[in-house]
Amino acid sequence: MSATVQTAAPPGMTSRLDGELLEVSMGPQHPSTHGVFRMNVALEGEIVRKLKPVFGYLHRNHEQIGENTTYLGSMPYTDRLDYFCSMTNNWAYALSVEKLAGIEVPERAEYLRVILAELTRLQNHASLLGFLLSDMGAWGTPLMYAFREREKILDLFESLSGSRMMCDYMRFGGCRVDVDDAWLTRAKQIVDRFPKFLDEFEDLILQNEIVIARTQNVGELSPELAISAGITGPMLRACGVNYDIRKVDGYGIYPRFKFRVPLGDHGDTYDRLMMRALEMRESIEILKQALPQIPAGPIVNPKVKVRAFRPPVGEAYGRIEAPKGELGFYLISNGGPNPYRYRVRPPSFINLTVLEDLCLGHVVADVMVILGSIDIVMGEVDR
Amino acid sequence: METLEQIKNRAELAARGAKIEIIVNPGPAQQPSFLIDNDHAVAVATFLRDHPAMSFDFCSNVTGVDWLDRVVKKTNKVKQIVDGVEKEVDQTSEEKIPGYLEAVYHLYSIKLKHGPLIIRMRTANRAEGTHLPSLTPVWRSAELQEREIFDLYGVHFDGHPDLRRILMWDEFKDHPMRKDYAPPDDFEWEPTAHDEVLERAKQHYPARPELDGAEKITSNQ
Repeated sequence: MSATVQTAAPPGMTSRLDGELLEVSMGPQHPSTHGVFRMNVALEGEIVRKLKPVFGYLHRNHEQIGENTTYLGSMPYTDRLDYFCSMTNNWAYALSVEKLAGIEVPERAEYLRVILAELTRLQNHASLLGFLLSDMGAWGTPLMYAFREREKILDLFESLSGSRMMCDYMRFGGCRVDVDDAWLTRAKQIVDRFPKFLDEFEDLILQNEIVIARTQNVGELSPELAISAGITGPMLRACGVNYDIRKVDGYGIYPRFKFRVPLGDHGDTYDRLMMRALEMRESIEILKQALPQIPAGPIVNPKVKVRAFRPPVGEAYGRIEAPKGELGFYLISNGGPNPYRYRVRPPSFINLTVLEDLCLGHVVADVMVILGSIDIVMGEVDR
Repeated sequence: METLEQIKNRAELAARGAKIEIIVNPGPAQQPSFLIDNDHAVAVATFLRDHPAMSFDFCSNVTGVDWLDRVVKKTNKVKQIVDGVEKEVDQTSEEKIPGYLEAVYHLYSIKLKHGPLIIRMRTANRAEGTHLPSLTPVWRSAELQEREIFDLYGVHFDGHPDLRRILMWDEFKDHPMRKDYAPPDDFEWEPTAHDEVLERAKQHYPARPELDGAEKITSNQ
């Protein structure tokens, strides 16, 4: 780019923009921000030199609403946090309340929870891959392929809970409605066919040269920074850190199932993308073990009071491995019908801590790819 | 993981002068916590992160809690002489506990895969002395979460690199997660201000005869 024509610059101005930063406000209404999210980006040419995320466009003080309703009243509201994964949101909240009140969960309900959480993981990761490719410019087709599979799983959720996305399915000490054999057969069919979609998707997309060129060595995250910044979920494991709460805490009945924790090497965008594809295969493994094993029995602990539910005084922090990372609920009870403190530990919000570190030195077109690979949902970030 | 007493003793040895109190959790969750004095919080946190037997390298959850002023009634049985006979009489005494804001940190170890260790810090009161040391230099994950506590609870974290409002807008005055927060009724920022709201809002603004009297001018004619 050696300039051959020298244009005369007006007095007081240089003819080039060397060292001058151009401030661009990306968002809040940008199709790739996955919601209403703004980034103030300082650009030198096309290179990102500074990036400040701006939050709060979707803030509705979820935590205060949770403190002003009963424990059970917050359950349908947790669906709206990460509206892609209402089942795992329900589970995290139910788990925390069960810790707070010392409630046991029957065997069949534990199996149902594992099955539904892994189905949620499948549809979340599939749609993330679709969105990410859509951000890269592969408009429509990969997203529709992913949504075709997601829709099958959402149909299962709908036939079980009555709603595709706002399931409101878990209860303290169990689940709300029981499944029948026909549902289990359908779930088995979907799980059996899912690897075919994955093979196809990997052939089409993940080996694609353009995808590799756009994602490899883009947005590299070191494991030290990832641990210090509290990054969790597939993003942490893409850096090669072996930390999966399903294995570490062994909550629910996860210790009974045999599955592997996929780990990345470089922590770049490609690794984060592959991590989702590999995790889907492990979820299928868990589902293949869980679906035939599910025992008969009650689905909810009959000792749990539905009305006048008052946990004893104390506090509890419960967490699960949600598809986006560690989703935790911190509850303080003062013996009343409402929680004194109701706190959500949102994985997508905390994973955004390192957004600036990931984007510095990359071109502005990569910001969208990096943001897409973090996997955020603004309903959970802003709460 | 070592027992809480062992960790406490070690931390107090490592950070000279640190005072750590174990807060009992009466519930069935079995999650007691440490109350750390504010002057030595960074030293204790650094010790918890760096000591090879602790290695709490992952600060998962940072949050605030608002405790209002409260009055605890205690009944003590006191021996008194009533009508010449010694009797046990209930005597009630009231103890005022001033309110404070609390920051709670849930720590886990990714290296040793143990946790949670819960540490908490308390401000002196709820009005002016709402300063706490920031633990963001120790765990980067506290960066956005301490900003959130500053925004919603009004705790000032000394040593935080970028302490601004995060979820509310910059011009907002109050701290909406405080227990005594009352939503403003002037609704300057209300997106859909209905008649009832506008009626209430009138109390907060001086009368504007040139605007409010405009209808009267037309009716007089």
